[in-house]
Amino acid sequence: MHFMKLVLEDGTELRGRSFGAPREVAGEVVFTTGMSGYVETLTDPSFRGQILVTTYPLQGNYGVPARRPKDSIAAPFESGRVQVQGMICLRHSEHPSHHGMASTLGEWLREENVPAIDGIDTRTLTRKLREHGTMKGWLLHEDAAVAEGKQRADTIDMPSVVAQVTVPEAITYPGGELRVLIVDTGCKDNIVRAILKRGATVIRVPSHADLAQYLPDVDGVLLSNGPGDPKDLLPLAAQIRGLFDRGIPTFGVCLGNQLLALAAGGDTYKLRYGHRSQNQPVQDLLTRRCYVTSQNHGYAVREDSLPADWEPWFVNVNDGTNEGIRARGRAMSSVQFHPEATPGPEDTAFLFDDFLRLCGSMKRGR
Amino acid sequence: MFGQYLPQKPRRVLILGSGALKIGEAGEFDYSGSQAIKAIREEGIATVLVNPNIATIQTSEDMADKVYLLPVDPHFVEQVIIREEVDAITISFGGQTALNCGVALDESGVLKKYGVRVLGTPVETVRDTEDRLRFKQRLDEIGVKTARSAACNSREEVRAAVKMLGLPVILRAAYSLGGKGSAICETDEQLEAALFRAFGGGTAQVLVEESLRGWKEIEYEVVRDARDNCITVCNMENLDPLGIHTGESIVVAPSQTLNDAEYQMLRSIAIRTIRHLGVVGECNIQYALDPKSNDYRVIEVNARLSRSSALASKATGYPLAYVAAKIALGYTLPDLPNTITRRTSAFFEPALDYIVCKFPRWDLQKFSQVDTRIGSEMKSVGEVMAVGRTLAEVLQKALRMLEIGVDGLDPDAFVGDDLRDEIRNPSPRRILAVARALETGMSVAEINSLSGIDPWFLHQIDSVVRTRRQLKDGTGAVVPALLREAKQQGFSDKAIARLRKSTEPEVRSERLRHGIKPHLCQIDTLAAEYPAETNYLYLTYHATVDDVAPSWRKKVLVLGSGAYRIGSSVEFDWCSVNTVRAVQELGYETILLNYNPETVSTDYDVCDKLVFDEISLETVLDLYEREQPYGVIVSMGGQVSNNLALKLHKAGVRVLGTNPENVDRAEDREKFGDLLDQLKIDQPNWATTTDVSDENLRRLTEELGGFPLLVRPSYVLSGAAMTVAHEQHHLRNYLHRAAAVSPEHPVVITKFETHAKEIEIDAVADRGEVILSAISEHVENAGVHSGDATLVLPPQKLYVETIRRIKRIARDVAKALQITGPFNMQFLAKDNVVKVIECNLRASRSFPFVSKVTGTNFIREAARRMLGVATPVSVEALDLDYVAVKAAQFSFSRLAGADPTLGVEMASTGEVGCLGDDLSEALLKALIATGFKVPKRGVLLSLGPVADKYRFEREARWLLEMGLTLYATPGTADVLKEQGIPCEVAYKESNEKEPSAVSLLNSGHIDLVINIPRSYDSQGMPDGYRIRRRAVDMNVSLLTNLQLARAAVEAMHKYRVEDLKPLDWASYLARNVKKN
Repeated sequence: MHFMKLVLEDGTELRGRSFGAPREVAGEVVFTTGMSGYVETLTDPSFRGQILVTTYPLQGNYGVPARRPKDSIAAPFESGRVQVQGMICLRHSEHPSHHGMASTLGEWLREENVPAIDGIDTRTLTRKLREHGTMKGWLLHEDAAVAEGKQRADTIDMPSVVAQVTVPEAITYPGGELRVLIVDTGCKDNIVRAILKRGATVIRVPSHADLAQYLPDVDGVLLSNGPGDPKDLLPLAAQIRGLFDRGIPTFGVCLGNQLLALAAGGDTYKLRYGHRSQNQPVQDLLTRRCYVTSQNHGYAVREDSLPADWEPWFVNVNDGTNEGIRARGRAMSSVQFHPEATPGPEDTAFLFDDFLRLCGSMKRGR
Repeated sequence: MFGQYLPQKPRRVLILGSGALKIGEAGEFDYSGSQAIKAIREEGIATVLVNPNIATIQTSEDMADKVYLLPVDPHFVEQVIIREEVDAITISFGGQTALNCGVALDESGVLKKYGVRVLGTPVETVRDTEDRLRFKQRLDEIGVKTARSAACNSREEVRAAVKMLGLPVILRAAYSLGGKGSAICETDEQLEAALFRAFGGGTAQVLVEESLRGWKEIEYEVVRDARDNCITVCNMENLDPLGIHTGESIVVAPSQTLNDAEYQMLRSIAIRTIRHLGVVGECNIQYALDPKSNDYRVIEVNARLSRSSALASKATGYPLAYVAAKIALGYTLPDLPNTITRRTSAFFEPALDYIVCKFPRWDLQKFSQVDTRIGSEMKSVGEVMAVGRTLAEVLQKALRMLEIGVDGLDPDAFVGDDLRDEIRNPSPRRILAVARALETGMSVAEINSLSGIDPWFLHQIDSVVRTRRQLKDGTGAVVPALLREAKQQGFSDKAIARLRKSTEPEVRSERLRHGIKPHLCQIDTLAAEYPAETNYLYLTYHATVDDVAPSWRKKVLVLGSGAYRIGSSVEFDWCSVNTVRAVQELGYETILLNYNPETVSTDYDVCDKLVFDEISLETVLDLYEREQPYGVIVSMGGQVSNNLALKLHKAGVRVLGTNPENVDRAEDREKFGDLLDQLKIDQPNWATTTDVSDENLRRLTEELGGFPLLVRPSYVLSGAAMTVAHEQHHLRNYLHRAAAVSPEHPVVITKFETHAKEIEIDAVADRGEVILSAISEHVENAGVHSGDATLVLPPQKLYVETIRRIKRIARDVAKALQITGPFNMQFLAKDNVVKVIECNLRASRSFPFVSKVTGTNFIREAARRMLGVATPVSVEALDLDYVAVKAAQFSFSRLAGADPTLGVEMASTGEVGCLGDDLSEALLKALIATGFKVPKRGVLLSLGPVADKYRFEREARWLLEMGLTLYATPGTADVLKEQGIPCEVAYKESNEKEPSAVSLLNSGHIDLVINIPRSYDSQGMPDGYRIRRRAVDMNVSLLTNLQLARAAVEAMHKYRVEDLKPLDWASYLARNVKKN
């Protein structure tokens, strides 16, 4: 049996059984409290560069389905690879069971060259991360000298992380008459599927693309989720600012929410330990209705930084942080949570319906 | 954000309870009802409760403003509505009993007539969920799939439907609980048999459904408010796939084998369905999920709090009943705070960072002739919940919590010859058979195909079997890594010791030496994402630190009751909760240890620290060493916790109350017998023996004064393994069985006294001096287990001299044993001779009854005395201005085949207590509250013993006066005719003549059966058995004890149902105050 250790910034060292690839990595250590959906979570590009701790103790119970072909965007995968730097859990299943499974979690992680350990008291680790705030961590071989190990470990350059997860070039997914431009800053495939399912065509473009060039040909713009600090993407925020007077419906998700806020002149900040779970309650400030949402973000919009022509739309019922914004008098809005779910509750999927309805009616109006 | 509610807040709310505990409706409704009362009272709204279950917390003085110990049926509830001028009613907190009563009141127009509003889910929605056809139609409207089925109103319609669907099918009765009257039919014969039972229960409608046997069974608990905010609080997966009732299944939360797509698909359907149906409050939705695709069916929706919702509350820490009650009053989910974190809102879905396992507890061995296979009908009488972080850990914990003599997933604990048959057609011990099969090398694939249990679960069980093998592979000390792994997989010290041929203390000190000990973790609803102040805790070896540090306060550890079972039920929860309150009142911090999710004591706001874990020597020592309490109270939770007294004492724990050495002197038959002799107190002749040779038995029988003899091992609970032998060969057979039950204890044989009265005393003593006492008499003569007997307080038929003697004996025993705390003694009295038959130095089943009837809380006083606080207190228990009757609730109709007779083995699952002006009034109320129906047509008399036939003359005449037709079996008919009482002969099956008793029952001519078996051993009396069983299956009232039957007839002759006074509990108590 191979052992590895998780070393934290504060000096904590935790020894666990390795069940992934025997590779040493570094990354920001974050925790998620979702109880299902490890395949979706591990392939979510928003986790790029992070070492993921699962609070739910048992992982890999239903295995991993057959890998999809290279250009496919089929579920349950949210991207073409495992995105996390590493995975930490209490127990993984060596004998999973599901009619749709092709391998174990461990086999998949090894195949993807991603390290993972189990045997860790993830509740205690989570409490530490909650109290200390997110920390940098290293997954090293059991007997590695820490200083050298840290040097050796593979690291992701976070300021340029989006460049690693965006599509290399524009892809068109035909789906219908309406055409939606998705600005891919690490877009989960289910956002693409959510638009396609509703009968619209998706043009998925890289985060560095010149958006203006596509605008004449699309009926709406969707700013996707993605990893990292939104302020590393100020040029993109400036491009988004350019959309404001074009009268094109714009909808943002997660990182898209933060970029839209920055574009509007607002500010973002880093949360102490982020929201990464499937049970985050948000309230629609217009209707007072509440929804359970799936979330995965470390940064948030500073609500009081919004200019006068923008207003908060959703708020987190637990901690009062901003969960969405909308422009007054413009068809532009965004949410901090994930209406595309996967993993997590589907309660806010109607936001895609609303967005496409808006795209449709504005197209007719033109 | 908090504190907004609708303007039309009700003034007085009527809350319906669920009545006596029965199979399918147990203590969970005391929990949900108590939460509802608390939630409603907080709003300044008056609460009125109708519930005859006197042993519950909800019928205590500090709960509802008014308590009516009356049957939950439309007649009595209407009387209460009139008397109390209530303007609203809740029908969703008292199980199916309350729901059915509420629907009936709505349909008869009573609610409308008195302007009573139904709070929460509208009755229309209830009807949509209860009427199978409407349910299907409503779900069809939104394209949600239900099982292909047909609702049928006759047997012919059922047969036609089966032709259409093809066998196998499931039959279900509408408006029933716990799957009553439901059955899987794979053959035509099974179908015909099931049809008979299904329509027999008075059911008008039966649903025929495609069999989804083998599909995964998944449940979601859903909460919705009137503003349409909707969440799923918890999902659960049954380890046993469809085909086994969810109440009979091993259940885990959250689901383990569903991927996210499946989890979210079912979650979304749940929300869509509940919105469409318009539930306001809490409900449960059950699914079948195909293990080979993602096809699903909705099985049912329970538009009320349920056993599953109580489990979900305890599994997640989300107070479902409390929130449902607030929603019923108009609050929305975001208005309400999360009571665990106190800083987040009730609008959220708990994230678990642990796994829970519910395991049912059965007591089928207590019934003769019962079908021991489990299936689509509920037969279990209680359940346990284990919390941990792996399936292996929680399964092993749960198996020990059941107290069925196994210390985990022990392959050797399965005794039986056909493993494959057991795995395919399960009994309560299937999981052990699975372990055994894995041990013997059967493949996971084969076990999966036999049982339908998902391979994931089987592999987890296999990991335990493998670790066990490693442990067994050697003796003495275990390498620390393996020891830690074993503890993480849930092996107990005792189990490890057994495998290593070591001892429990050795394993304990070994693991402590290596620093292997469990840590206390919080159940905090948010998986540590937010800080929580919760005191709701469990122990696990997977944790590396404690979530909470012990406080510096002086504290007391109280042990709860464990699983409900026959003989130990909600009454011990009442005792535990009242103990906690009394101890808190004295300024101590309280820690409660219990693992029964159906209880109020495991509500985390009852005590200062709730530890949801095993009640075992190992766990108590772990807690004791960590928390350093001042002492431990073991005498309030019944036998499970009291059995630990001596062991804890020997391990150096301060056990509060009576010295455990003296507890042992009362429980050990030999020691107790000697004590009584010393004190010159009479007892029935008895002897102990380990020699079961014929010669020795003959000698003993002679010495004891001949048959009948009562045979039992030492340390018994509610008559387990106890029996009456009438002849030599019976004695020999029983002894072989009893000796196998507990080889380390000798067998006790006692002269069985007949025609004697049985009397009980419940008392509290302080350092040997009796402080409080109450004497109750049994209606039935000795021979009926005290838990099944009908108790009368104050006694109505005792000599003053008898009472004096009983008091004196209690005083002498209390003094000799230096009792401090609660105790209970049972006596036989015959012609002023009083003999002691039992003494328990702990709270007994009747403590809530005597406390509530006398208005003096015996438990509170006992707890104070155990902590050395003595304030003057007295009780009036003899000269009351009313009479109270405690009657037993039986669940024979749930237990196919079981012989519904009374004997020395306890058979009842619950009880009620009712008050009246005299014995007759109280008795009739109590009987009705246990489901007895006053006959309107005909009464069948079948009085076995000749003397009894003659003793019933006056009662037979009264029945005639009431305008009833008498039917009698041939022998009884002869005697009646001899006495000049007209009756019609109803032949026994063996007479092979018509009309037979059974056919008269079938045709509905008879609505009361009085059948007195010839002896307490009913085996080998097929005629009587068939009549009794048919009566139960036809839902016809049945009386099998002569004294009770005579008292019941007298009561019915004296009172019509309309004459029974709908008076509340406090009004009765007030009579005493006025008098004094």
